[in-house]
Order: sequence, then C-alpha cells, then structure tokens
Amino acid sequence: MALDSLIPVNDGEQSPGSPAKPEPATRTENLIWGIPQDGLQRKERKVPVDEPPPLPPNSELAYIGKPTPRYDGPAKVMGKGKYTADIHLPGMLYASMVDATVAHGRIVSIDTSAAERLPGVRAVHVIEHLYGVAELRDPSQETPSRYPVVRYAGQPIAGVAAVSQQIANDAAKLVKVQYDTMAFVVDRSDARAEDAPVVFPGPADAAGSAGGGGGPKNVPQKGNVHGPQRKTVGDVEKGFAEADVVVEGEYFTQVQTHSALETHGFVVDWKPDEVTVYASTQGTSSVRDEFSEVFKLPKSKVRVITEYMGGGFGAKFGAGNEGVVAANLSRKANAPVKLMLDRRQEHMVANRPDSHQALKIGAKSDGTLTAIQLTSYGTAGVGTGAGTAGPAANLYRCPNLLTEEYDVFINAGPGAAFRAPGHPQGCFAFEQAIDELAVKLNIDPLALREKIDESPARRAERRLILERTNWKNRRPAGADTGPIKRGMGIAQSVWYRFVNMNSSCEVRVSRDGSVELMSAVQDLGTGTKTMLAIVVAEEFGIPPSDVVIRIGDTRFPIGPDSGGSVTTGSISPSSRNAAYQAKQQFFAAIAPQFGTTPDNLALRDGRLILKNDASRSYTLKQAAAKLPTAEISAKATRAPEYAKERLTYGGVDYVELAVDTETGRVHVEKVFGAHDCGRPINPLGVISQINGGILQGISYALFEQRIMDRSGGYMLNANLENYKILGAREVPEIEVELVENYIAQSSTDAAGIGESAGIITLAAAIGNAFYNATGVRMRKIPMTPANVLTALGKVQEVQA
Amino acid sequence: MADIPNPKFSRRGFLKGAGVTAATTVIESANALARETKSALEHQQAVGPDAFPIKLSVNGQEHSVTIEPRYTLAETLRDNLNLTGTKVVCDRGSCSACTVWIDNIPKLACMTLAIDTVGHKITTIEGLSHGDTMHKVQAAFVKHDAMQCGFCTPGMVMSCAALLERNPNPSLADVKHAVSGNLCRCGTYPKIFKATLDVAQQRNKTAGLVSLAGGREA
Repeated sequence: MALDSLIPVNDGEQSPGSPAKPEPATRTENLIWGIPQDGLQRKERKVPVDEPPPLPPNSELAYIGKPTPRYDGPAKVMGKGKYTADIHLPGMLYASMVDATVAHGRIVSIDTSAAERLPGVRAVHVIEHLYGVAELRDPSQETPSRYPVVRYAGQPIAGVAAVSQQIANDAAKLVKVQYDTMAFVVDRSDARAEDAPVVFPGPADAAGSAGGGGGPKNVPQKGNVHGPQRKTVGDVEKGFAEADVVVEGEYFTQVQTHSALETHGFVVDWKPDEVTVYASTQGTSSVRDEFSEVFKLPKSKVRVITEYMGGGFGAKFGAGNEGVVAANLSRKANAPVKLMLDRRQEHMVANRPDSHQALKIGAKSDGTLTAIQLTSYGTAGVGTGAGTAGPAANLYRCPNLLTEEYDVFINAGPGAAFRAPGHPQGCFAFEQAIDELAVKLNIDPLALREKIDESPARRAERRLILERTNWKNRRPAGADTGPIKRGMGIAQSVWYRFVNMNSSCEVRVSRDGSVELMSAVQDLGTGTKTMLAIVVAEEFGIPPSDVVIRIGDTRFPIGPDSGGSVTTGSISPSSRNAAYQAKQQFFAAIAPQFGTTPDNLALRDGRLILKNDASRSYTLKQAAAKLPTAEISAKATRAPEYAKERLTYGGVDYVELAVDTETGRVHVEKVFGAHDCGRPINPLGVISQINGGILQGISYALFEQRIMDRSGGYMLNANLENYKILGAREVPEIEVELVENYIAQSSTDAAGIGESAGIITLAAAIGNAFYNATGVRMRKIPMTPANVLTALGKVQEVQA
Repeated sequence: MADIPNPKFSRRGFLKGAGVTAATTVIESANALARETKSALEHQQAVGPDAFPIKLSVNGQEHSVTIEPRYTLAETLRDNLNLTGTKVVCDRGSCSACTVWIDNIPKLACMTLAIDTVGHKITTIEGLSHGDTMHKVQAAFVKHDAMQCGFCTPGMVMSCAALLERNPNPSLADVKHAVSGNLCRCGTYPKIFKATLDVAQQRNKTAGLVSLAGGREA
C-alpha cells in the first residue's frame, strides 16, 4: 500500500507485479446499505461463496456495536503487559546508539577502540548503509565513502552493546567520530534560496514506509527543491474566470514529532536457525520483510513479535536503522540485544513535515466551487513526502483543480507517515479557506458545506452538530468587546478506505470448548485485539471475554501493517470469515452426534441450539466435547471488496474556544465530534481513539513545534519538557457521536478511525473558531502566544 | 545506608551537588542542595563507583540487588527486579510515566536514585493489585477504557490512586491537577478523569457520603 499516491484513491488490493487473483465463485446477497437515521436500504451484491451471510445492523447484534472493555485492559492497568522495552531474555545485552553531532559532513574516521576496551562492552557496529532517508538517483555525484554522508545532527552512526544500559551509554560516548563538515541549512525557506547549501548534490528520492509517507519519485529537482508533483483536473484558469468570488491565502504549519511514549526499539535474538525480533512496530510483516531483505534471510527464518506496543502514530514500520544495528550487534555478540532509542533520538527519527501553502478557491455566488488551486512547499528533512493536497483534492467536488506539491530538503531528520499524512496541514489551509468563502458569500459555513459536500455520512454528521451543539447561537465574528473573545468553528475531514489483502486469521475450536483467533496483526493500542474478540464472539454467540486472541507474531497467518487506518477494515472481515468457517466445520463435525444436520444447529447466548427443537440446547463446552478430533480450525483471507462505491469517509468536528487577546493564549473549551467508520465494532474503543485524535489535533494546533537551531543545526527541543504536548489541564470537554454507515462492501463493513479521528480537522476547526472569536484569520500554527499576538497585530514578528 | 533521611535525593540533585556552583539563589533550593551534597558525600565515602549490594523493600517484599550508585530506581526496578510495569518514557522527570510511591507518596522513579530508597517503602504498579484482583482505580480504568497503548497507564493509575488516598472526594480540577505531570500521547485523559471520579463516587456512595464529583463528566 502506498499512501503517497493518495490521489486517485487506491484500495491497495494488488501490489504491482503480483499475479492477478482468480475471480472467486460468488452468490447473490442483499446487504443493508445506508445510514440508519436516513432509513436503511438494501443493495444486491455478488459475495464469494465461502463468506458468511450478511450482518444485520448493529442494533440487532449481540456483541458487535456494543461497548466492550479492552481485551488487554487488565494486563495494561496492572503493569503486566510486556512491551518491547520490557522484554528481558537470558543473557540479553543492552545497546546504545551513537549519532551525529554535526548537521552536515563527511565522516573521516570512526575510532571505536576506546568503546571496545570498556569492561562490559560486548560488540560495536558501525553503520555503512543508512535506511529511511532519501538517496541520490545517481550515487556517483558524491565521493564514495565507507560511511554514509551525515546530513542531519542525530543521524545514526554506530551502536554499542554491553552488559548493562549504563555501560552501553558510557561506551557510546567513547566512540570518536571525525567529520569533514559542510555548510548546512535547517530552515525550509532558507533552503529554497538559490545560494542555499544543498543537502544532496543532485536529485534524490525517498521511499515511503509500509505506513505511507515518502514523496513522488523522479520529479524535477533544483537545489533543495524537489518537485512538483502536479495534479490537474479541468482548467483552473477557466474555473476562476467563471467564479463570482475568489478567496486566496497563505498558510504555514510546523514540524510535529510523533512522540510515542514507547520509543522506537527492538530486541533481536540472532540464532543460526531463526532470528527472533521483538519490535515496537506498527507492522510485524513490514519488519519481517525488511529484516529478510537487509540480511538476505528467507522470511521463514525471521520471526517478529509485537505483543504490546506503546504507540506509533505512523513512524514505526520496517527494520529501521536501530533494528538493523541491533541485529548486527546480536549476531556479533552471539547474544540477544535490546536497543531502544532514547527520547532525544525518538524526536529525530521521524516527524510530520511542515508546510507553506498558497491556496486559491473560486466559487459561484450560490457556493458552487469552480476552481481550487494549491501550491505547497514542505520539508521532510532528508526525506520526502510533505504534500498536502489530499483535502483540497478529495473533500468536495470541484470541476477544476490544480495542485502542485514540492518537497524541500533540509539538514534535519526524515519525515515519515504521521496520522493522516499531509491531511492536517492540508485541512488547516483548505477548511479555513472554505470558511473564508462562506464569510465572503454571506452563507453559514455549515450550509455552504451542505451545498458542496456529497458525502451522506458527513451530512448526517452536520445534522448532529446542528442538533447537539451551540451552533445556532453562533455570533458574528469578533462579537465580544472585552479582552477575552469566544467563538466557534467547524471543519471536516476526508480519509480513504484502503484495504490490505494481506489480512488473514485462523480460528480454532478445541474439544474443551475454547475458541481462539490467531493472526500476525499487531495492536498499537487502537484496540485491535478487542475488535477481533468481538467479531469472533458474535459468530460463536459467546461473550468476547471468552475468546482468546493471539496476535502480533509472524508465526501466525499474515496480518496487515497498521498504517492509514487499514487494520479494522482489512482484517475484521477475515476474522469473521474464519470464525464463520470454523463454526460451519464445527457444526458439520458434531451434527451427527446430536442426530441432526449441520444446518439445524445454531450458536446463541453461549449455547448450541437445535433450531427445530427448542427443548434441546447445550453449552458450547458440552457441544465441543462431541468433536471427533481434538480441535478444528479454519483460516480465512480477505476477500475482495464486494463493490467499490464508497472509497472515502470522514468526520465533522466542532470547537468552542476563548482567545485571551492580551496574553495571546487560546483555550479550547469544548469539542463535539461526529464521525463515521462504517460499522463501528467497539464504540468504546472507537470513541477512545477519536478523543485521542481530537486531543492530538489540539496539541498540534496550539503547542507542538520542532525548533531547529539555525547556527548549530540541531533540534533544540528534543525532549518532553521543551517539546510541549497537550497535558491534562488543556483537555476540553469532549463529546463524540458515531454515525453508523453501512456500505455493503465487506462481511463487516467496518473501517478504521485512526486518521479521520480529529487529527485532520482540529487545527482548521480551531482556526475557524479563532476567526469567529476575533475576526482575525490564524494562518500559522502552532497558535502560541507569540504567533497569536503577531496575528492580532499586537507584536511584530521576530525571525528566530 | 539504611537511614537516609531524604528520599528526594535525585539524579538531578546529584548532578547539582557534584557541580556545587549550581543556582543557589532560592533559599529553599539552597537548603535542599546542602542536604543532597551532604548525602552525596556520605555515599561517596561508603559506596561506588562500582556495583554493591543493597536491600530494597518493594511491594512488601525485601529484594537484594547489586547496583552501581548511579542507577535510578526506575532502572533498578525494571532491569534488576524485572518489575517492568514502571515505564521509562522521558527519563528526566517530565512525563511521570515512571511514577511509583515511596512511603505512599507518588515520586518519579527516573529521578530517584535506587540507593536513596533503601529503608523506604516502595510501591509499584505491580503492588497495587492483589494477584488478579485489581485495585479499584485499575478496575475503573478498564471499565471506562481509560487507556489506549497503555504505556502511560501505570503512571496514571499510580497518580490517580494516590490522589484518592489523600482526597477521597476530588473535583474534576483536582484530578486534572493530580495527573498534570503525566503525559499521554494517545489522548486518554477524558476517560482517566471519568474513571477516577467514578471510583470516588462509588466509594462515597457505599460510605453514604454525598459526592461533589457525582455525575460530573470529564
């Protein structure tokens, strides 16, 4: 799946070059379709013959759609969950990374002798190939060297393994690196200048990860400016000529770091017959693929385990430089090695690129859009993937569109996929411009969206905003006369229904009545385990707590990498299919023992029922005891989508805030979010994720900002006290409402919520509420007191 | 060793003590500095820099560990005692993920040297539950889904449980204050507030008290 090619929408069904799957035999089914509040309809679909019968709406189900406590909640609250950082293997060594202290330079020499002599040190590994950064199209443009050129302060150089973390840290400091330094640039706009130092001496491209990110390849490059990636629909000149009104503006967003609480890290146990990798990863498959590729190992000899995972947000896919170093150290030391990045390194390993966007929208006097034009420049440091065109291109219908996205290289850590890559940036500009258009047209912002938005789910969501919030009492911009000014605003998001076909599950039923599901898919904290338990429970008519979920191990059937909100939409149908098939086998095996036929059996309320004889029912345990073999199992893969009608989905978020125009502080007081993720499997977990997206969105809008030192070339705030993220005191009142949206496209119709959950919309919604409060447009985030007072004209902008 | 009076002796404090020229403008901190320096000198006479054995009282059990004086309590709990419920996130006192109780007061284990906890009662997240029976705060966290990835969760639970020990009837503002140092990147705060207020409400209901927190939503 490549998120870098978001436009047009790609459902990722087939990776390029893979042989086409034969068409499965199908039957015709009538599936429910639509939004319950609008009245459910039916759609006829051709469904593969081994798929289960269609599900009714959630209101008619026992477990799907009912709030269910987290499967691994007790383990998490009692401190029993073993994360990668917690893994302790016999004889395990601890490793520490050595990273570059200069922003740009060639490595002249690396002296590891002092580190090697330190008592307790067991292995040292020096990096000779760097992963996850852009590479020159023509490597001969650079003098060959044993070591990669240093292009940012913090770039990994080597790793040291020792008997304790403290000794490893000491040893890392003893590694002496000599540099031949070069001029550097760490600011996006500086880097665009003709005479700016170049980060790469020629055109360079970066690959995305399994979670997306990465920019276009083989586009023009001039100096540090890589691009554009251009998308054209219709003729924007003609569109602007037809417009009655035009809005135009420039918008600026900052670099945000992922700051997952568990840093990136691995425990690697290199054995000749199998390499076992414990990884803090969003994709066990992506880790196995990259270990296999880097070390030329058959995939069958790489086992990846992720039982508990302390957050990723898009940055944790593949082997990473730290994984490759850990593996080399383990191989050299002949012992398991744990390598967790420290917090400073975590801030430099990945980020959400910044942006400078110029946006122009034309519309008829009734609001109909006639043209959208966006030019964006953004920096992903030594990587690419700073495009922001997603919302402008995909939120509303517009006959004329031109987007041009440029990446600007600077000497800073590489950008990566980060929760809805490009979309919070794009939405900050686009949804504020739509608001500005509403002001110019003198149309209510919700009413304007009603006119231009074709999504039935967002229509239902806007209705909820009208019913449940204070929107009807919205006042004209800048109505408060005192220094504290209050306002409200909304913004809408769009995300895409990606499906990863590498989504398989096995469901087992044992003679003692136990039911388990196995898959390599991982749970990042989003609740994947709980979701799977609910789906299996529904098929077997037993409580979700009675289903055992074993995931996060590549010895199990392959699971999707969790990026782009693909997980639930991809694997919930596979889990249901596997459970259904296991149940069918179960019925076939036990029916003769009950003197009946399989189709006369059903599982409901924890019991086996004979449909034609209400007097006979048995517990699942009693029924399973009749199994002729000790266990039956079924494995199912993801069937293709039944149809490809609904390719996008999204939410609407409403914000109330107060701006202190004397101090420049913005205080978000209330958020109401209305969201769609198809068929919600576990509303409790979905709402947790939406709360999280909203809060991360507020954090992005108000607080977070990577600060680079222009003279030293390094990140000044690579820690959690100076890189400010939202805390308890900044949490507003939050209400979330889900819209069930049945699309008749899979056996569950579920979709992920990670990306569309508030992170896309919040900065824009806050911007719109800020305008409503003050009459001033915030075109720059974070909305720190300095930026707010500058926008209000109370202080002059100071260039750092 | 067993009689160290100042459990606040921290890694940062140690560095200040070693550097002696650190800021001493505030009398309060000057006093603390003097205590810590004295304490540090005592240690230097007695132990280190090599590893040496100490006894720690963790979750009601005596543990013998051999550590260097520079080991933090967080490192010692995790690496030497395999009590990995205590998480290390920032390793410099800015996120509270490593919150444990020392003599029933919540403290940051990453900012506390293990040697300074000798003779004190340490409670970690593993010590809050009894076998598989969860502490009320833990059970409420599960009920309200007050977690996602779960990495901040042990620290959050320790902070919230300590709040309820000292204030059985907290307001929403009290709960926010109690976890104002605990960072969560998944954004689970609203449900943490709800879970903690729920415990107070349930307990007060049982005790026949009227809860000010009753029905208040985060």
